[in-house]
Amino acid sequence: MLSTIIMISLSVLILASAILAVQTKNLVVAIIAAGLVSLMASIGYLLLSAPDVAMTEAAIGSGLSTIIFFYVLNRVRGREND
Amino acid sequence: MIKKLFVIILLTGLAFFFYGMISSFSGNEALNMSAAYYAENGAEEVGAANLVTAIVVTYRGLDTLGEVTILFLTAAIGAFFLKSKDNFSKRDVRESSELLKTASSMLVPLIFTLGIYVFVNGHLTPGGGFQGGAILASGLVLLLLSEPLKKVNSVLFAVIESISGILYVGVGIAGIFLAGGFLDNSILPMGEFGTLLSAGVLPVIYILIGLKVGSELSGLLTKFQETQEEN
Repeated sequence: MLSTIIMISLSVLILASAILAVQTKNLVVAIIAAGLVSLMASIGYLLLSAPDVAMTEAAIGSGLSTIIFFYVLNRVRGREND
Repeated sequence: MIKKLFVIILLTGLAFFFYGMISSFSGNEALNMSAAYYAENGAEEVGAANLVTAIVVTYRGLDTLGEVTILFLTAAIGAFFLKSKDNFSKRDVRESSELLKTASSMLVPLIFTLGIYVFVNGHLTPGGGFQGGAILASGLVLLLLSEPLKKVNSVLFAVIESISGILYVGVGIAGIFLAGGFLDNSILPMGEFGTLLSAGVLPVIYILIGLKVGSELSGLLTKFQETQEEN
């Protein structure tokens, strides 16, 4: 029962951050929100007793890809200001 | 306005589609045939305490080799397009704050240790080569963030990556001659179940995958860093 409640609230949070990532005008907020989706999803995998998948999602989905997005954003902005 | 209406109609359609799928879903009562086989014989045949690793590296080893190849291609294509020029003019980079520098000099060794732990213990605890490699690469990112002007030798990453890739395939081919087939893990003695030196050659393969993935992602990130200095 408890795990159902946690899963439903996680899903709602995933949906909210996904919509935020699409709708926001601020690109930094969008990147953070997209990373948040992955983080929530990895908690979901952990609750579904798939720790291997959860680790992959947390390390790659919310860690590395967020950082790569920031690098690229930084580079694109540098071009704009030149 | 019409565009928004279209999006709403599409989303409602998807919602109906997924609702139909979920409402008719009922979990399996028993494992299917191959899953039951892995669950029954996996521990005995492969000797890995983490059954997921036994499946990923031994039973489905060819798939893992394919995944590593795809990652290699991605990194190679990225490196090709992000080729850095030698005569770039140094960009004025703001010195990172003392807080970030101190924290990263404390945390980076710990992160590297965690990454190595994750892929060395891949056959015992959750995690493995891919996860450990990604953790190593994110440790490197922290290092690059704290010292933006630090020169990292990307040739070293290329060398580590190539050597571990060749060794991985070599271990797989050795399995054809010394054991049951390609990527068979019983070339080395099985050892005691649940200890670090168990499951034959499986820990070696996961260490190689970890090094390969870590150096690939690190090389890619270093390329990003180098091209950033160009502007």
